[in-house]
Order: sequence, then structure tokens, then C-alpha cells
Amino acid sequence: MAFEYAPAPESRAIVDIAPSYGLFIDGEFAEAADGKVFKTVSPSTEEVLSEVAQAGAEDVDRAVRAARKAFEKWSALPGSERAKYLFRIARIIQERSRELAVLETLDNGKPIKETRDADLPLVAAHFFYYAGWADKLDHAGFGPNPRPLGVAGQVIPWNFPLLMLAWKIAPALATGNTVVLKPAETTPLSALFFADICRQAGLPKGVVNILPGYGDAGAALVAHPDVNKVAFTGSTAVGKEIARTVAGTRKKLTLELGGKGANIVFDDAPIDQAVEGIVTGIFFNQGQVCCAGSRLLVQESVHDELLDSLKRRLSTLRLGDPLDKNTDIGAINSAEQLARITALADQGEAEGAERWSPACELPSSGYWFAPTLFTNVTQAHTIARDEIFGPVLSVLTFRTPDEAVAKANNTPYGLSAGIWTEKGSRILAVANKLRAGVIWSNTFNKFDPTSPFGGYKESGFGREGGRHGLEAYLDV
Amino acid sequence: MSDKSETFDRLSVFKTYKLYVGGKFPRSESGRVYEVSDSKGQWLANAPQASRKDARDAVVAARKAFGAWSGATAYNRGQILYRIAEMLEGRRDQFVREVADAEGLSKSKAAGVVDATIDRWVWYAGWTDKIAQVIGGGNPVAGPFFNLSTPEPTGVVAVLAPQESSFLGLVSVVAPVIATGNTAVVVASEKSPLPALSLGEVLATSDLPGGVVNVLSGRTAEIAAPLAAHQDVNAIDLAGADEVLAKELEIAAADNLKRVLRPQPVDNWTGTPGIDRMTAFLETKTVWHPTGSLGASGSSY
Repeated sequence: MAFEYAPAPESRAIVDIAPSYGLFIDGEFAEAADGKVFKTVSPSTEEVLSEVAQAGAEDVDRAVRAARKAFEKWSALPGSERAKYLFRIARIIQERSRELAVLETLDNGKPIKETRDADLPLVAAHFFYYAGWADKLDHAGFGPNPRPLGVAGQVIPWNFPLLMLAWKIAPALATGNTVVLKPAETTPLSALFFADICRQAGLPKGVVNILPGYGDAGAALVAHPDVNKVAFTGSTAVGKEIARTVAGTRKKLTLELGGKGANIVFDDAPIDQAVEGIVTGIFFNQGQVCCAGSRLLVQESVHDELLDSLKRRLSTLRLGDPLDKNTDIGAINSAEQLARITALADQGEAEGAERWSPACELPSSGYWFAPTLFTNVTQAHTIARDEIFGPVLSVLTFRTPDEAVAKANNTPYGLSAGIWTEKGSRILAVANKLRAGVIWSNTFNKFDPTSPFGGYKESGFGREGGRHGLEAYLDV
Repeated sequence: MSDKSETFDRLSVFKTYKLYVGGKFPRSESGRVYEVSDSKGQWLANAPQASRKDARDAVVAARKAFGAWSGATAYNRGQILYRIAEMLEGRRDQFVREVADAEGLSKSKAAGVVDATIDRWVWYAGWTDKIAQVIGGGNPVAGPFFNLSTPEPTGVVAVLAPQESSFLGLVSVVAPVIATGNTAVVVASEKSPLPALSLGEVLATSDLPGGVVNVLSGRTAEIAAPLAAHQDVNAIDLAGADEVLAKELEIAAADNLKRVLRPQPVDNWTGTPGIDRMTAFLETKTVWHPTGSLGASGSSY
């Protein structure tokens, strides 16, 4: 007999969500100029968590002006002083990380296991890492005394709300820029809590401005003539639109866009470890990860054995209450995203791929999608080409390493890839040939602030993290 | 010298300038040429006026050459770039004449420009096997992983050579692109294309594989438009585009998210180049591998 898991919910009492929030401009919370608000809901229950001011073009203008004003003093501060502000922020994040993890799980729908063990430690680590750069920029390899750009307009997605904020804000502040950041409309809360952390840290007014809102606010921010740098993480389609918007201007641009990562399993790979890596690759964060290993390329000779193991493993995944500490798969972030995943999965079936999910009971409210894998997938299938951004894995096969490389590279994206084999020379040879910015061999979905992350081809340009991540915010 | 028939001046042999594509010297498929004059308006030669089809052919050649060139060892690329400098040195007088004509410089000034250009190839020849060490390296990740970031070439780069500096400017934008393993489709200065076309002859005899550099001459705007829109071009250097054209091309380049290097005013190409023109066309690849760890329960490797 199998032992049942007892419920192990994390308490939400630790987080105090106000019924309404304003925009954070020049160190103050303020209503939107046109008074607009929107509701943010918990994807796992559809409960309304709070009502948030919705930024419009006028608010963008006000925030950019505040950031411009703050830039003069902030950029003139000695790097060692800026460093201390960032260290403070990192420490406060660590102190409040349990609260922020619960908040993020509520607003995003991802399991507490992930916010607690992945998102929040990485958020704090990013601020720590870039804090240390603030007074060492002369030694970063961009020549002596590299200068900041000015006001950075940053637009981030909903899949890792606070982590993406950290990736954007930490290097921007370390290098002496000021920021106006627009979080996604479905996950504005952790950014607003971050505003409070800025207050606790005593960060000067206007250095960080947070504008919750929709795409129109993001577009206004990107197009604002007084923004010097644009950083965007999100879809490739929007990334292209942004690239067109900043064409002919002097704005510096970095884009972290979509992906269709290949996870390549050779016949000599340790099967159990590969299966864990495949699960991490595509079911981490419900597959809502730009670098997800959404295309599994299996060497033909181990296909059946691997699929058996993989299906067995998927049957042990626990889907449900994201606040439960034993939950592996949480809710999809929004009804809209769920509809997109559903449509693409249906299309996969319609195009002849074979669909499989473990027996899995979905909660009655909220947005849920069972972990799903498709076999008999060819390169022509939509599910092998389009980014699904959900817990859907497409399985393809190959016979030779060259075929694996050719299939892996057969995509306009170039963000991530995985290689599973015991043979070191094969790892290095295949890694050399893959056109992707991040390659995980015998592991997957690992992140670290010291490590540059970003894509080739239509997965965007520029790198975040590491020394490379500084370049985006310096006049070099 | 009393024989009257021997008093005629020798008639010189004109040179038919051609494009340099895929290691060969084709005329433009369009059959068009345009007049190139010196700074005083004297006719110098007819240059081929490349078409969009020529541009596409050049991209095909550059793509075909990319695998071997990017896969060559950095040491080998350095040898070949240095070989280009050697070959240029041997034809120094020709280029002094061509640059003097193209840019209206005195012989001595033109000689200075050509020398600086040769030295520039040498400078980049020395970079091929150093850039990875300068901008790549191991990352101290907080976990049991070995993790290494290395630069890799972006791919096929369209280069609009500067309009005013027909030789030093040209080499200053082409050499960094190929030093790092990219292949290039180069649009020569519209008004002064002849040094660029002659450079093709040097490249062809420098062990540089055909297709690594392809040189087109003609109307910059006409050739650049299909390059900026081409789905198999990975990056574009807009050095030779004016403000209006640059914006138009940057918008077209967004279609497949080409890496764009915007035009920057350069008064004097003789200054020591930084590494920016190399890093603009490099990607960073980060490879992770577990190292195994010694935990409380013992070794896991």
C-alpha cells in the first residue's frame, strides 16, 4: 500500500496583503493619473488578492521624470555607497524571504517549494552579487570609470516576478542607473513589496519606481524619449516590437525572449538522473520558463526504456495547492495562459502526436493543466516549433549525435539546451555545436547570479548575470 | 629613340573591377556598373553595381563558409589574418595609389593610411586567440557545478563599410568581424569602392577561405535593404548608413532580431580600436556540468 501525504500547507498569515496598492513613484505610493485600477487574483483559487493602480502613459512620464531627477545624485554617489544600499536590500530580502515566498506563491500560483528554495534565495543572491560590483566597475573589463546610461525602463514577465525584478534592478543600480520597472499585470504584488524594501533600506527617492500595468504602460515606457536603456524579458513577438520602437534612437536594448530548448538524451546517459533532469527541465515552474527543455530528443535505442521511466516518474508528481509544501506542480498563471497551453496541446493531438498525462485530479477552481507529454512528434509539428510555455513536453528521437545537433538547432530560438551522456568528449563536442546561450550538461535549469544567461538568434540579445550583465547598463 | 613610332606613350591596361563573392570574382548578376571618379571628378573606373540577388548570393556564400571558419582554431584564424597583412604589404604601392585617388589624399598621406590599415590587420590577427580569455571564463557559481562562459561568433554579419574612409575604415569594420569567427557580407563605400574591391584580390590570395568575406559595391541603400531583412543574416553593422537609412534598416533587422551595431561618428580611424567591434558580434555561451560533491553522506562521484 502507498502512504498518503497529509496536507502540509505553509501559513499565509505571514504575509499581509493590503486591499489596494498604488503606483510607486519618487518614493511614494500614488494613484494612477486616470484613477484606473485592476485586480490581481490567485491563480490557484481565483481569489482576488488585491486591487492595484494601473499605470498609463501619464504615470510613465511622471515616473521617468522622478528617475531622471534621482539619477544625478545616485550616479554621483561613490560606488562603495551604492554597494551598501544593495547589500542592505539583499539582507532585507533574506530576512523577509519567507513572507515574500508565500506572497509570490499566492500571486503567481507556483509551488511554495520553488519560491522558497529557488526564487527567493536567487533574488537575494543577485543583489548580493551586484552589490559587490558597484565599487569595482573600474575592474570589470570595460575600461576605467565606465559610466551609467541614465534612466532604465524595464519590463518583466509573470513567470518569476521577483527574480526577474532582481535580474533587472540589481545590475542597474550597481552601475549607477535609476529605474522605472513595469511588472506583469498578473503578478504585480512582489514588486510592490519590493518598493517597501526600498523604503526600509533608505534608498533615495526616485531611484526605483514601480509601475504595475498592462502592455500599453510597457509600450509607453519603452517609447519614452527620456529613457536611455530598455530591458525586456518576455515573448519574442513583443521583443521584436520593442526592437522596432527603439530603432533609430540611442537607447541601449537588451532582450531576453522565448525559447524551445532541446534536452538531448544519449543512450549512455544514466537514465534515472536523465529522467530527473527532464522533469526539472519542463515541469519546473509549470513549464512557464523561457529556457524550459520543452523538446526532448532521445536516442532511438533508449526511447522506450526512457519513456517508461519518465511516465512512472510523472505519475509521482503531486499537483495541487501551491502553498502545500509537498506540491510539485502548481497552478498556471492566468486563464489566458491556460487557454494558450490548452489550444497548443489540442493542436498537437490534432496534428497526430500521441498525448499522455498521468492520472491526475485537477482542483475545481483556479487554472490548472496536468503535466503532459507528446510522443510521435516530428520537427514539423507545431508543438515542436512553437513555445508553449506550459507543462507540455514534446518527445522526438534521433540516431546519431549529428542528427541530434541538427534537430536541436532547427529552431529560430537559441536560449537553452541540455545534454545527457556519460561521455565527456561528447558533451563538449555537442555543446560546441549547439547554438544556444545556456547549455546544461547532465543537469538542467540551474541559475546563478555569477553566470551569464541569455540567448542566441531570436531568443534575444544581451546577457544577464555575471560580469557580462553589467555591460547592458554601462556606456560601453 | 629616333624612331617616330616609338614616341607614343604606352597605353595602360584598365582594370575591370569585380565583386568578390564566395572566393570568386563575379560581375554583378544585374550586369550593371556605375562610374567611380576621384575627388576631382576624374573618371577612375566602372565599379559593379550589385543587386539584391548579388546580396543574397553573398549571404549564401557567407553561410556556407561559417561552419569551417568559426570552427577553425583561433590560432589558425590569427595566422590567416596576419597573412592578409603580409599580402597587403606586398601590394602597398597599389593601395597607396588607390586610396590617394579615392580620398583625394597626397601620396604621403595615403601611404600613412595604408600603413595604418596593414597594422590594423596585424592588431586583429593577434586578437583571435585572446578575446575568449579576456571576455570569457569560469563563473564561481554557488553550487557543485563547473560552469564556463565562452564567446562564440554570432554568424553571418552584414557590414556597411564607412563611406568616407574607403580603406582604413573598411578594414577597421571587417577585421573585427572575421577575427572572432563570423563571416561577412561587406558593402563597400558607395563613392569610393575601388580599394575595397582590390582588397578582395588580396583576401583571395591570403588563405582566407572563400565566402568568409564577400565584397559588394554599388548603391548602399539598395544592397543594404535586402541584407537587413534577410532571415539568414544574424547581425548588421550600420557604420556606412546615414541616419535615415540606419533607422529603416534597424527596423527591418528587428524581424529576426539581428544584432545591430548603430553608426557611431568616427572622426579618425587611426586611433587604437577597443574590443567593442568584436564583442558586438559575439554571443556568450555558458555551459554547466555537475562536479559531484562531498556531502555529509560521503562522495557522490
